[in-house]
Amino acid sequence: MASEDRAVQTTVAVGHSNPSEEDGRVLASVFVAYTVTATLWLLFATAVGIVLAYKFGAPDFAPGELLTFGRLRPIHTNATLFGWASLALVGLAYYVAVRSCGTRLYSARLAWIGLILFNVAAVAGTVALDLGYNAGSLEYREWPWPIRLLFLAGLAVTGWNLIGTVGRRHTEDIYLSNWYIVGGVLWACIFSLVAIVPWYQYGLGQVSVSGYYMHNAVGMWFTPLTLGMLYYALPKTLSRPIYSYALGVFAFWTNLVFYPTIGAHHFLFSPLPWWLQTTAIVFSVAMLVPVWGGSANFLLTMRGRLRDLAHSYPLMFIFVGVIGYVVGSTQGTFEAFRSLQEVWHLTNFTVGHSHLTMYGFVNFATWGGIYALLPLATGKSPGQLGLTMHFWMAVVGSFIYVISLSIGGTIQGLDWMHGLPFIQSVVDIQSYWVWRGVGGALMFLSHIVFAWNVWRMCFGPSAKAAPLAAGPAEAAAA
Amino acid sequence: MNKLVLIAGGSALVYATLALLMGVLPGIELSQTPPGPGVEPLTPLQAEGRDVYVANGCSYCHTQQVRPLPGDKIFGRASAPGDFAYQTPELLGSERTGPDLTNVGVRQPSTVWQYIHLYNPRAVVPESIMPAFDWMFQVVDQAPAGAAPVPLPKAYAPARGVVVPSHQAEALVGYLLSLKQPPVPDTGSNDIAAPAASRASAAGSSTTAATAPAAGAPGAGSDGADLAKGQALFTANCAACHQGNGEGLPGAFPSLKGNDAVNDADPTEQLHPVLYGLQGASVGGVVYSSPMPPFGGTLSDADVANIANYERSSWGNHGKPVTAAQVAAERAKGK
Repeated sequence: MASEDRAVQTTVAVGHSNPSEEDGRVLASVFVAYTVTATLWLLFATAVGIVLAYKFGAPDFAPGELLTFGRLRPIHTNATLFGWASLALVGLAYYVAVRSCGTRLYSARLAWIGLILFNVAAVAGTVALDLGYNAGSLEYREWPWPIRLLFLAGLAVTGWNLIGTVGRRHTEDIYLSNWYIVGGVLWACIFSLVAIVPWYQYGLGQVSVSGYYMHNAVGMWFTPLTLGMLYYALPKTLSRPIYSYALGVFAFWTNLVFYPTIGAHHFLFSPLPWWLQTTAIVFSVAMLVPVWGGSANFLLTMRGRLRDLAHSYPLMFIFVGVIGYVVGSTQGTFEAFRSLQEVWHLTNFTVGHSHLTMYGFVNFATWGGIYALLPLATGKSPGQLGLTMHFWMAVVGSFIYVISLSIGGTIQGLDWMHGLPFIQSVVDIQSYWVWRGVGGALMFLSHIVFAWNVWRMCFGPSAKAAPLAAGPAEAAAA
Repeated sequence: MNKLVLIAGGSALVYATLALLMGVLPGIELSQTPPGPGVEPLTPLQAEGRDVYVANGCSYCHTQQVRPLPGDKIFGRASAPGDFAYQTPELLGSERTGPDLTNVGVRQPSTVWQYIHLYNPRAVVPESIMPAFDWMFQVVDQAPAGAAPVPLPKAYAPARGVVVPSHQAEALVGYLLSLKQPPVPDTGSNDIAAPAASRASAAGSSTTAATAPAAGAPGAGSDGADLAKGQALFTANCAACHQGNGEGLPGAFPSLKGNDAVNDADPTEQLHPVLYGLQGASVGGVVYSSPMPPFGGTLSDADVANIANYERSSWGNHGKPVTAAQVAAERAKGK
């Protein structure tokens, strides 16, 4: 794959001095550092997830203050979101921005500062939560505010660096990936600020901000970064342009307008104003436009290339990611309907949903991107066995995970609707929690294999083909 | 460069506008929501308990929002905007792995029960999967003067010494018992869904707790009373203290097995506490300090009769069946 480097874009870099080999090495080391630390966070976060899953069946397992469920749970979610996924996607964003612009990194130093800020924030946040310093159990903003400010500083530095990088491009046009990447970082800065400022968030007012924030933190950060990366990694891997550039632009703007309005669907039937809830439902339906438009674009880019798909694990990861995107997001639309929310809201179904989207979409796409692009940066490839094991354990594990919680959560909701004693809903879902643990264990094992693959791509023996980190032809990818 | 300004700046501007409209402005507006009638700020100890609740992530499993849906009625009336005036950080929660706690101070007012349950939830609810918070308690040789040890069942008590709550546990339980919904006049404006459901809830006739009989439960009794329904209602409302086997917890909650009131042909002593609550009861010569909450407001006469008959025919009890009419008569007598 590394030897393929045909132009995948409509425009071609002209004239300017091309980035040097040294620039390629710098970019590779940045990409490696973000990916390696992200992988460590993935291992940590999912190990915590396993402990949590086990506690559902054995509540007296891992007792005591520091390992109690309510402290580990936000550690799991925050380490996953801000340790693993954010770091991995920022690492990919740097690579994609630099390569698709045919330029070099605006500032390596800023990239290192960002890396340190993100990691220091994630470590400090984890320690704080474990010691009981939880900023209000408000989902995905549980870290005490000074720590979230550190993370925000990391975002700002990253945004600056990415804008500077795109500003150095040699072409007039800006490739679509960079719209999503630059947009995503800027939007994340905005919603983080909205979430941190405390002076207008009291009581019910804070409920509305929570609804806004917890959905935007996912959909205006992980989604755009993942999509931006896919718009580069998929054409690159297939050596063919994206099916429709215009459709990608359309999905960009519709996503931007529809997504920020749907947060209140986390609080249907709550005392939040009726108009806020209904707006959220209406735009949850409207979200089908960018979701189906975006995923159709990816699938149509892959059309007729099923044979390549079967022979390329990066493509298979991306394919699952795209399917996760369309299925998970469509499910989200349905969950926003009052009639269905009556059954599913507050049940474990929502935990299945969050794993279908964060895992089925973001994780698989991220892995596909790392497997497609990291070898290009380092010239080192993972082994076929490692790829096979990672892919299949992750696919089967997450499938079991999502299916078992979807069924179990539905049973919980029906139990409540039928007015059974509450404890009956705890009893009835037990066996599904066991299956969730089985799925989760497979997922965790796959992450260990992934870590091994990352090690091989970063520090393992070089592949036969020479690294193409800074090949001039690759600059054409813009 | 212009294009970059357009895409980055333009999309950031659009997003900032939407963030303002959907996040900031509703936040500012709704933060001014005045407290509803009877909604009071927390005392310092209760506020401290709320911090303990937050620090240990209780709200990841327990919601504090009652929706205007039939299935939520067991947790209290539908939450109103004014209920949250003093609730910062908000603790509405997104998952209900455990029951909603909006009204737990009314549903489970016994301090003793809360301590036992906190120390190890399985001591009172065998099927519970809540973590044990035993680290909020101390094991001492002898309870200090003025403090009662937590009356744990033998299987859960430490081998030596007695268990007393730490300050943390006292604050937490103080907070939990403060969670009581004040009655609210029909607000109307925020009646977001199922107006029929909220009307029914306002009418106060809750028979939903047992529309589906538990599997394998005994069928209808000889006089038409529904024992399966009674069992489900007992599980939902009574078993946390009196336990599924009816034996209660020695020293904490009285046994209903062989209980005089339950076997007496005159049901007054059985029905009155169910309808109107009880404090300082003396059963079999033992005085129980824990208050029993009144159920007259949430259970219909037929529900109470079903529970009473389930108790009268279970665990070796042989009480004469009671009718809904008898419950109504008892209710009419008043407190």
